[in-house]
Amino acid sequence: MTHVLTAGLLAALALPSLALTAAAETKVGLLLPASGNYAALGQDIEDGFRMALTEAGRDDIAVIEADTEADPQTGLTMARKLIMQDRADVLVGVVSSAVLGAVRDTVHQAGVPLIVANAGNSDATGKDCSPFITRVSFSNDQLNRPMGEWMAAQGIETVYTLAPDYAAGQQMIGAFSAAFEAGGGKVLGGAFTPFGKTEDFGPYLAKAAASGAQALYVFYGGADAISFVKQYDSFGLSETMPLYSVGFLTAPLYLREQGEAATGVIGALHYLPSLDTPENEAFVTAYQVDHPGKLPSEYVVAGYDAGRLLLGALETGAEGREALATALPKVAYSGPRGPLEIDPATNNIVQNVYVFETVPGGEAGMTHKLLETIPAVRDAPNGCVMG
Amino acid sequence: MTAFWTLQALNTLQYAALLFLIAAGLSVSFGLMGFVNLAHGALYMLGAFIGISIAAHAGFWAALIAAPLAVGAIGGALYAGLLARVARQGPMPQVLVSFGLVFIAVELARIVWGDVPLGLDPPALLAGRVQVLGTVYPAYRLFVIALGAGLALALWLAVTRTGLGAGLRASVENPAMARAIGIDTERLFLWVFALGAGLAGLGGVVAAPIASATPGMAVSVLIPALIVTVIGGMGSIPGAALGALIVAGIEVFGAALWPRAGAVLIYAALAAALIWRPQGLLATGQGR
Repeated sequence: MTHVLTAGLLAALALPSLALTAAAETKVGLLLPASGNYAALGQDIEDGFRMALTEAGRDDIAVIEADTEADPQTGLTMARKLIMQDRADVLVGVVSSAVLGAVRDTVHQAGVPLIVANAGNSDATGKDCSPFITRVSFSNDQLNRPMGEWMAAQGIETVYTLAPDYAAGQQMIGAFSAAFEAGGGKVLGGAFTPFGKTEDFGPYLAKAAASGAQALYVFYGGADAISFVKQYDSFGLSETMPLYSVGFLTAPLYLREQGEAATGVIGALHYLPSLDTPENEAFVTAYQVDHPGKLPSEYVVAGYDAGRLLLGALETGAEGREALATALPKVAYSGPRGPLEIDPATNNIVQNVYVFETVPGGEAGMTHKLLETIPAVRDAPNGCVMG
Repeated sequence: MTAFWTLQALNTLQYAALLFLIAAGLSVSFGLMGFVNLAHGALYMLGAFIGISIAAHAGFWAALIAAPLAVGAIGGALYAGLLARVARQGPMPQVLVSFGLVFIAVELARIVWGDVPLGLDPPALLAGRVQVLGTVYPAYRLFVIALGAGLALALWLAVTRTGLGAGLRASVENPAMARAIGIDTERLFLWVFALGAGLAGLGGVVAAPIASATPGMAVSVLIPALIVTVIGGMGSIPGAALGALIVAGIEVFGAALWPRAGAVLIYAALAAALIWRPQGLLATGQGR
């Protein structure tokens, strides 16, 4: 009897250690905001990332979370902790461009691959690019340049621009204006609104209306996106001055709150939940198992693709920081947002950009109608030298 | 071009009305009790969120009445249970405790209402646009102007023309004397604090259809409200109204005329007020 007991006890003791030594685990550090302004985006990215891991059914990947709070200093501290203390093999995340700027040198010097799942700062895959930084979300240039070209091709001659006064706002409007004017259009004027301090856009909307431009082009996200669209609608500008935007303005996350005020807003994004492809349909169905009645946002998809990229690299047999960094940019596949590959010249994603109109309909009351697909949009190297 | 300036003048009035609702309570608790209540922004935020929740069940008009009452009750409870004690301990504990309350309120709002910003539709009656003075203006914004002006007038009359107002003015001028002649200053302060909280809550509900509701608004509203209080003078209803008009005018016309400096002008005005009239334009009470 004692034998059986001892054997059982030994087996019980041995089991967990067996599980630990069975396979070399890959450690993933998630650098995402769990509190503060961007917490909702961080949650979406994590949901997507975990979806990819569950789908692959791999249990040899350990995920360690670290809260960046969308604060560059905290982000840097957390990145160092993940790299030095937790010995992460790969980092995933970064929502704020400011955090990306802060962790860039640390990641580059430590030689730890970082898969950027949101931050669109064009410099990170431009003049500050690194072989260790791969981006699966978008760059500010990538979404705005096609929109500028597309609007000029539609015969729109003059626009007025509005965006929050910080790095992303300036990069987005800069990229748009350059492309729109190269296409023959003219930017009649514009304003950058104090970031995080402007809740009432009335004064700026009045200026836009008085500029006499044919159309209004804006970039806003978060709470600003909701209030901007509602205020634009309440001033009746939709009758005289159509609204064009980087698609974040009427992204799935905000559509429910914007309601019919968002009707007719035209934008460009790298993912729409209404895309009619088998990959996307399967993805939306899988997402809704855990999130009934909710549509996946572009952030969920970015988190999911970050996971798919990592899994793709692991499947090639890559192990450890350096091998993963080499393998990650070589992964290519067709996902929910369409064909996706990494540009070896910049390590930025090459993807379709979808021009859409926001229309009533669908589960959330409002949906996106695809107007045009601009295939395989690739950024110019913008001063990137890999090495 | 006149239409443009009319539009901006209306924008100024509308923004001033909103600022007045928020700053009136802050200013009175400053002037009356010498109390630095940084949690005032949190009450404004709670007003917006509670209003949105009520409106989802009972409509906008019910929210417009019930949310300020709820926030006023929360403010009264906070004052009676916590802030009245801290109020006697000088400015440092006041700032620390009330700022701590901001963090607690922000996290609570995130837990209850989530991270995605919420919007509120204006009532059907005010959803359209009206022709005024040769320009077209959203009806809801006109309503905000009327509400702000009406409340400013009502508060001014209540302070200058009623017995309660006389007691209040006496308590501000000389609290010891007021107590000596039988005015229960503590109870008066509780009611005034709850009223100020209710006004902040009303500001929150009224702001929700224009700016969407986020936990972050608890902090972002604090700076303009404090600037209004400093410029207008503490403890004075006309001061809060004047301060709100000045701040709104600088913000709106700054944005229209000199957008690059828009964010700086308001601080320049604050600095000017602190140098030349540190007591504010129309100060009364302990702030003087």
